[in-house]
Amino acid sequence: MHAASRRGSAGPGAFLGNVAQGSRKDARDAVVAARAAGSGWAGATAYNRGQVLYRVAEVMQGRAAQLAAEVAEAEGLSAARAATTVAAAIDRWVWYAGWSDKLAQVVGNLNPVAGPYFNISAPSPTGVVAVLAPQGSSLLGLTSVIAPVIVSGNTCVVIASQDRPIPAVTLAEIFATSDLPGGVVNLITGRTAEIAPWLASHRDVNAIDLTGAADATGVDWGALEAAAADNLKRVLRPEGDGPAAREPDWTAPPGLHRMTAFLEIKTVWHPKGR
Amino acid sequence: MARDLLGVSRLSDPVLRRWLHGLPGVDQVGAEARVAGLGTRSIKTTAKAFAIDLAISMIDLTTLEGADTPGKVRSLCAKALVPDPTDPTTPRPAAVCVYGDLAATARKALGDSLIHVAAVATAFPSGRASMPVKLADTRDAVEGGADEIDMVIDRGAFLAGRYLQVFDEIVAVKAACARPDGTAAHLKVILETGELATYDAVRRASYLAMLAGADFIKTSTGKIAPAATLPVTLVMLEAVRDWRELTGTQIGVKPAGGIRTTKDAMKYLVMVNEIAGPDWLTPDWFRFGASGLLGDLLLQRQKLATGAYSGPDYVTID
Repeated sequence: MHAASRRGSAGPGAFLGNVAQGSRKDARDAVVAARAAGSGWAGATAYNRGQVLYRVAEVMQGRAAQLAAEVAEAEGLSAARAATTVAAAIDRWVWYAGWSDKLAQVVGNLNPVAGPYFNISAPSPTGVVAVLAPQGSSLLGLTSVIAPVIVSGNTCVVIASQDRPIPAVTLAEIFATSDLPGGVVNLITGRTAEIAPWLASHRDVNAIDLTGAADATGVDWGALEAAAADNLKRVLRPEGDGPAAREPDWTAPPGLHRMTAFLEIKTVWHPKGR
Repeated sequence: MARDLLGVSRLSDPVLRRWLHGLPGVDQVGAEARVAGLGTRSIKTTAKAFAIDLAISMIDLTTLEGADTPGKVRSLCAKALVPDPTDPTTPRPAAVCVYGDLAATARKALGDSLIHVAAVATAFPSGRASMPVKLADTRDAVEGGADEIDMVIDRGAFLAGRYLQVFDEIVAVKAACARPDGTAAHLKVILETGELATYDAVRRASYLAMLAGADFIKTSTGKIAPAATLPVTLVMLEAVRDWRELTGTQIGVKPAGGIRTTKDAMKYLVMVNEIAGPDWLTPDWFRFGASGLLGDLLLQRQKLATGAYSGPDYVTID
């Protein structure tokens, strides 16, 4: 167990609650679960994945009041700001869900070639993605890193914000009680510095999102990137350089880069015939 | 020898029944509790490295599918010769286990490496064929170059109490394992414990097989669920331990089927050491019948060597 501290009404640093402290073995088991879920999730039609993600947003909406209270306590926001943040998180989720059956049109292409061939580039998911969730934004940031990974058919292992894990626990309940297949999202609460190196060096993880390494205590994201490079992972760096890395502004329009970072473009040649 | 042991001039069903049913009954709850207790042992670091290498060297790398081809067997043999191309210190498995008609293919692929060729025979897996067919099946595999023969007992006869028939069949197959040069292939007797229903029956089948001259007793064909389980293997390990006390002859044990992970394998090794004793902790006296197990052992071996979790992309597929 490790303690989540309160930043809300009782003042910064006060005890808020205990959450499970995940270890490297939880990460190991999570990777196995994510790998097992991979073929089913990637094999589902894009439309179906979109419907599943919309349903997650509906369940989030149903628990919006609880989420708002938790975000308020975790991040020290006023009730009104917290409610706005939760609404933004749900909107973000819906926005990404809409991309499920549109990504291929935007990032794929029918390429013009000098020959009697169709030449088609189409995106496919990278596989199992490790996600270090942002440390500051406990819900909006969290949904903004999970949704773009899974919308395209990846599965993920997520280390929740170390000091603000409680909204993540509720989000995990929401995943479990919506239609999301088991193993697609695996949320671990615990110390980022303890678990992240195991995921970065894990040879059965295909990509890693280092967003949450930016201002996590005791985490050197450069070292994580080096460990990931050793086994040819795709790496999404945090915003900013070196020690100046910072958490992005989650209220800004997200763009496509979080989705395209975890896609492989495959190109096929097909003869044109009559 | 069997007659001396039983103190009779002629073996018959009643004689064998008296002897086998005179064996002490197995305490089912006790056996399962003992297994559960031994399963909690924590094996880490150097002990884990030792156990992984030992388990790899004990594997009978197996492919027993109707769809097997010479190519599939050759690729399995290549895997046995070089289990992990990234690490030449990886030990090789003990044997490659195939159907009899593919024994020659395996023999050729394994060359003069010390890896044995094991072949299943006697109308595996059901054992439903007449004796001449079973013996021809056995001789064919031995001629094909099999060093070890895995035979199945006639479970129908055993469960009906026709113990002499089962005994005679094992004796006859053992004789068929002989080569013209006077040597003989090792005989493993598959009890198919998944069909024997009780631990008492497993104990009786173990003693009957050992009495008839088995070199190894093996739990299962892998075609029937449940295949190898820890309590069944415990009963068989007790049997071989007590048999050596009784006769001075050491018999090997081979659990087969359903052993897929390093954790499973280590539980078996702990049990071998604690029940039968360290004398059995070698590939000569204990084997795992498995195919997927090797992959998981290699992943764990790579994890110990590199410090990073490995993945299925880093081991060869069958």
